[in-house]
Amino acid sequence: MKLMVSALALTAALVSGAPALAQDKIVKLGILDDMSGLYADVGGAGSVIAAQMAIEDSGLVAKGWKIDIVSADHQNKPDVGVNVARQWIDQEKVDGLFGVLSSGVALAVTGVAKEKNVVYMNSGAAASDLTGSACTPNIVHWTYDTYLLANGTGKAVVKAGGDSWYFLTADYAFGQALERDTSAVVTANGGKVIGAVRHPLNSSDFSSFLLQAQASKAKIIGLANAGGDTTNAIKQANEFGITAGGQKLAALLLFLTDVHSLGLKMTAGLQFTETFYWDMNEGTRAFSAKFSERMRNKQKPTMVQAGVYASVNHYLKALDAMGGNVHDGVKIVDKMKAMPTEDALFGKGTIRADGRKIHPGYLFEVKKPEESKYPWDYYKLIATIPAEEAFTPIEKSACPLLKK
Amino acid sequence: MFNISTQALFSQLLVGLINGSFYALLSLGLAVIFGMLNIINFAHGALYMMGAFCAYFLLSIAGLGYWWALVLSPLIMGAFGMFLERTMLHRLAGLDHLYGLLLTFGLALIFQGLFQNYFGSSGLPYAIPQELTGAQNLGFMFLPNYRAWVVVFSLAVCLATWFAIEKTKLGAYLRAATENPSLVRAFGVNVPRMITLTYGFGVGLAALAGVLAAPINQVRPLMGGDLIIVVFAVVVIGGMGSIMGSIVTGFALGLVEGLTKVFYPEASNTVVFVIMALVLLVKPAGLFGRTA
Repeated sequence: MKLMVSALALTAALVSGAPALAQDKIVKLGILDDMSGLYADVGGAGSVIAAQMAIEDSGLVAKGWKIDIVSADHQNKPDVGVNVARQWIDQEKVDGLFGVLSSGVALAVTGVAKEKNVVYMNSGAAASDLTGSACTPNIVHWTYDTYLLANGTGKAVVKAGGDSWYFLTADYAFGQALERDTSAVVTANGGKVIGAVRHPLNSSDFSSFLLQAQASKAKIIGLANAGGDTTNAIKQANEFGITAGGQKLAALLLFLTDVHSLGLKMTAGLQFTETFYWDMNEGTRAFSAKFSERMRNKQKPTMVQAGVYASVNHYLKALDAMGGNVHDGVKIVDKMKAMPTEDALFGKGTIRADGRKIHPGYLFEVKKPEESKYPWDYYKLIATIPAEEAFTPIEKSACPLLKK
Repeated sequence: MFNISTQALFSQLLVGLINGSFYALLSLGLAVIFGMLNIINFAHGALYMMGAFCAYFLLSIAGLGYWWALVLSPLIMGAFGMFLERTMLHRLAGLDHLYGLLLTFGLALIFQGLFQNYFGSSGLPYAIPQELTGAQNLGFMFLPNYRAWVVVFSLAVCLATWFAIEKTKLGAYLRAATENPSLVRAFGVNVPRMITLTYGFGVGLAALAGVLAAPINQVRPLMGGDLIIVVFAVVVIGGMGSIMGSIVTGFALGLVEGLTKVFYPEASNTVVFVIMALVLLVKPAGLFGRTA
């Protein structure tokens, strides 16, 4: 018995100690997301469903691959996220981390992914630092980032005459990055930033912050927050007559589920930037129909959930092209960067050397209630930001990987 | 940092008072339940959330608007509370506080999880009633009519409750029943029924706060979970079980929080707990608490 145990242990040590030999067809994906908090509708359970759909659509299971998903709630707490990621990789042999909403957690997890050399495809976090100063060879940042939001919405608003800004900023990595990137765009386009107030994540009452913004007399109140914080701020800005008083709100990050929750009456006319909308073309509509069928509340996918689908899709394509899973994060990410991306949701694109996924962005406006013809008919397209202008130019990227 | 005008200061104090009225209403319900029944009701936040949802359903299914909800939602939730008391909490009478705490905490997680599963986390819209839309220009600020209504109404409810418990004969029975149930029973008072009704009343207060909050925040499954910890801090600062204590502390902490949002907004979610720690150091029974 004792002999058998030590023989087993020896085999285990050999297998885990020799990654070069371990090319197999077994894959385990970890969806690490906010499953229960203020961002849960944006990603959460919907991101897990999106990943499952990507696995089904890949057809790899029929070809003899064994692909599993695990998921967990990081509660928007970096320490929780890091612990789960570590445990997954060490004990459950997870090969890749997907989703990871909330920039605080997203940035913290980068270190684990690099240390353990797994694939890390983020769809949900916004901080452009993920492929900037904090970039690693293991990361691919898929859906959007603060540079895109600033450039899309910020520029459009300044050009339309909104040249003085006051920010309502969620007080953590994401809000700060969004405020920083937007301020840069505002000043570069001839506007000025009058001030900012930082509110704690997940605040329910914004009246006090809104009054400060009102007192600043800025033309534009920039909401550098997301999810439940944004919806509460918009609702209360309406109540306090901020918009009636001539000031305008700029929701720098607004998701489909936020618009759905607030209703069109409250949100009509808001302009914001996204990279995916369910009702753009045949491909997005077909995916969205299948997706909402599987959601308990029948919601249409947000861009974050679409990004999880597309990133898993590309990851599996790369594995297929390599003929098996080499269980080496950097090698797989390099392969993904070498292959052009293509899917029904984001169209054709590429992944840059710094890990930034490149695709177009879209400036949308929320429809008026009378313009909405069917359920979830919420957006109209105002402008398309071409792929080459949507993200930080590579020559301005702060990513240390590029300095080799 | 301190260059704030008096106008802005006034408006922030008023906003603080509005938030304080929610704290007061919720902590009042908790204080009634703890003071009379010795139950630490962790389900209070979830019941508050369900009160708001109740208003939403009344509107979307039965077509009954805000004013109906203001009456019906506390009644429905109060009945639900009595059902909980009869079927579950009742069995824990006489056991350590911890059992009640665990039971209500578990219930809160179940309710919250169920609602989140079915309605998502973003929440559902609920409009301000037609009669209370609009706002008054007070010179130093723009006061939405609805917020003014919330302050006045919750203050009235708080004072009425305080009066009923501290100054009426019914309240006297109730207080006596908590001190010595068997003696009060000997006088022919149905103590178990009184306890059930009191729990139902406390839950009704939570539901009432939920209806008041529905037009201000989104009707969200997490609206109670986010608030309940602060409200517990309010009760602890005021003194566990003290009716007046919870009312006064609720409003006062709303003001303190409002001021923090002006001078150091980053700390606005923490300031209540800092005060709680300080108060516990100096007066372990809370500001209005009676030391046993």
